[in-house]
Amino acid sequence: MTLILFKTLLILIIFLISLGIAAYSTYGERKIAAFLQDRIGPDRAGPFGILQPIADGVKMFLKEEIIPNVSNKWLFILGPCIFMVTALMTSAVIPWGLPLEISGVKYNLQVADINIGILYVLGVVSLGVYGIMIGGWASNNKFALLGAIRASSQMISYELAMGMSVIAILLMNDGSLSLNSMVENQGTGKLYGFINISGMNWNVFYQPVAFLIFLICAFAECNRTPFDLAESESELIGGFHTEYSSMKLGLYLFAEYINMFISAAVISCLFFGGYNFPGISYLQEILPANIVSLISVAVLFGKIIFFIFFFMWIRWTIPRFRYDQLMRLGWQWLMPLSIINMLISGAVLIWIRN
Amino acid sequence: MGSEIIFYILSALSIFSALVVVFSKNPIYSVLSLIVCFFSIAGHYVMLNAQFLAIVHIIVYAGAIMVLLLFTVMLLNLNKESEPHKSNLIKVAAIVTGGLLMLTLLASLRTSQLPVYVSPTDLGLGTVQTVGKSLFTDYLLPFEISSILFISAMIGAVVLAKKER
Repeated sequence: MTLILFKTLLILIIFLISLGIAAYSTYGERKIAAFLQDRIGPDRAGPFGILQPIADGVKMFLKEEIIPNVSNKWLFILGPCIFMVTALMTSAVIPWGLPLEISGVKYNLQVADINIGILYVLGVVSLGVYGIMIGGWASNNKFALLGAIRASSQMISYELAMGMSVIAILLMNDGSLSLNSMVENQGTGKLYGFINISGMNWNVFYQPVAFLIFLICAFAECNRTPFDLAESESELIGGFHTEYSSMKLGLYLFAEYINMFISAAVISCLFFGGYNFPGISYLQEILPANIVSLISVAVLFGKIIFFIFFFMWIRWTIPRFRYDQLMRLGWQWLMPLSIINMLISGAVLIWIRN
Repeated sequence: MGSEIIFYILSALSIFSALVVVFSKNPIYSVLSLIVCFFSIAGHYVMLNAQFLAIVHIIVYAGAIMVLLLFTVMLLNLNKESEPHKSNLIKVAAIVTGGLLMLTLLASLRTSQLPVYVSPTDLGLGTVQTVGKSLFTDYLLPFEISSILFISAMIGAVVLAKKER
């Protein structure tokens, strides 16, 4: 098996998994909403309503497709495409597990181990704005435009705090930006220098403030409640996708869930040790390497599913912010907090290392 | 051979999109093709093994500046008023400043020399570590001065925004 074949297979599998998880996130969201509101939720399609996402997908494809007469047709189609592509692109730098060994050759479970890993994530996230803006503008509808402007100004504002909070992690990681080396570093060494549990040296124990800032910014970047001002239905009908119908609307909604999946993966890799889990080195001694590798993939997906659940939990717990509150939180609280966090962790690191 | 083909494709794309920026009638198309142009230039950086520069180029230009530009163009497009009348004085001033800029560019181009080509693959010139090290050792003073420039621009923007209320 050549490297190119393996990478192609890996990309295909990752795309299929992200789409599958996104589809079942819609089902999970409705079930969790129902649970939190003391309802039953979807239960007609298949046992426990398990086929509901497939029914929804078929519905989306079969609905009539309407392109508004006055809108800019090409840009109208381009909007959801860009949003979907940028949502899927981020998965390229995430290390999904320990390397697999097939007939003596090691294959990394990561599409591209580039030395700018986390910057690549931030860069692609910042491009997601274009999908929303182009779509909202091309709809030629004031509500859509307002939603697009809200979404993009919100995403630009929260990107800054997000990047700043990551710098604290980079300082701990000896300045390497590669996600792979970050995850590896969290699997070695003792926690706080004396608690000796293998694979438990997670960044969240050193950088809880950075984790909180990153989490809040991830909510804002995904346009999730409490920051879903871009599509607040009580004010803007549907926000930037008001004019969209059929599968193009489906792409917008779907890409939001993919964004959620990817940001859960990035949070797990940056702060929760990625594929590392307590007792990983013990398992490596008693089990063959490939099985441990598969277990590590399963552990990463467990963490990701927990964070997706967390996203949904917050959605049905906290009401939407007002727009000025959103901006104040982003610029006056999270930005200074992340800068102070960065300075303090830099100073502490210099003190420890000397 | 493969990298040469990619280079030609990227160069053609960047020149074509730059031309579209200038010649397109619709300002939205200009902005979008400028974004395409930035991406192809970032591709050139990747070809030179300068991944850090490439991604910073995308984050700063495509991710931040062009979004704001697109903002402005979209909002101006909303209310289709005619362009504000330009007086002759402004036109003369524009010609003079443009000429001055061209003079400066020509003067600096005349005295400058083409840099000696170094193979980028073995030096890792564009990685984070090398860029950071040279910024904070060899080029510390220009770096600090430009950061002061940015801070003054930021304060100026805040002051201007406050006056509106």
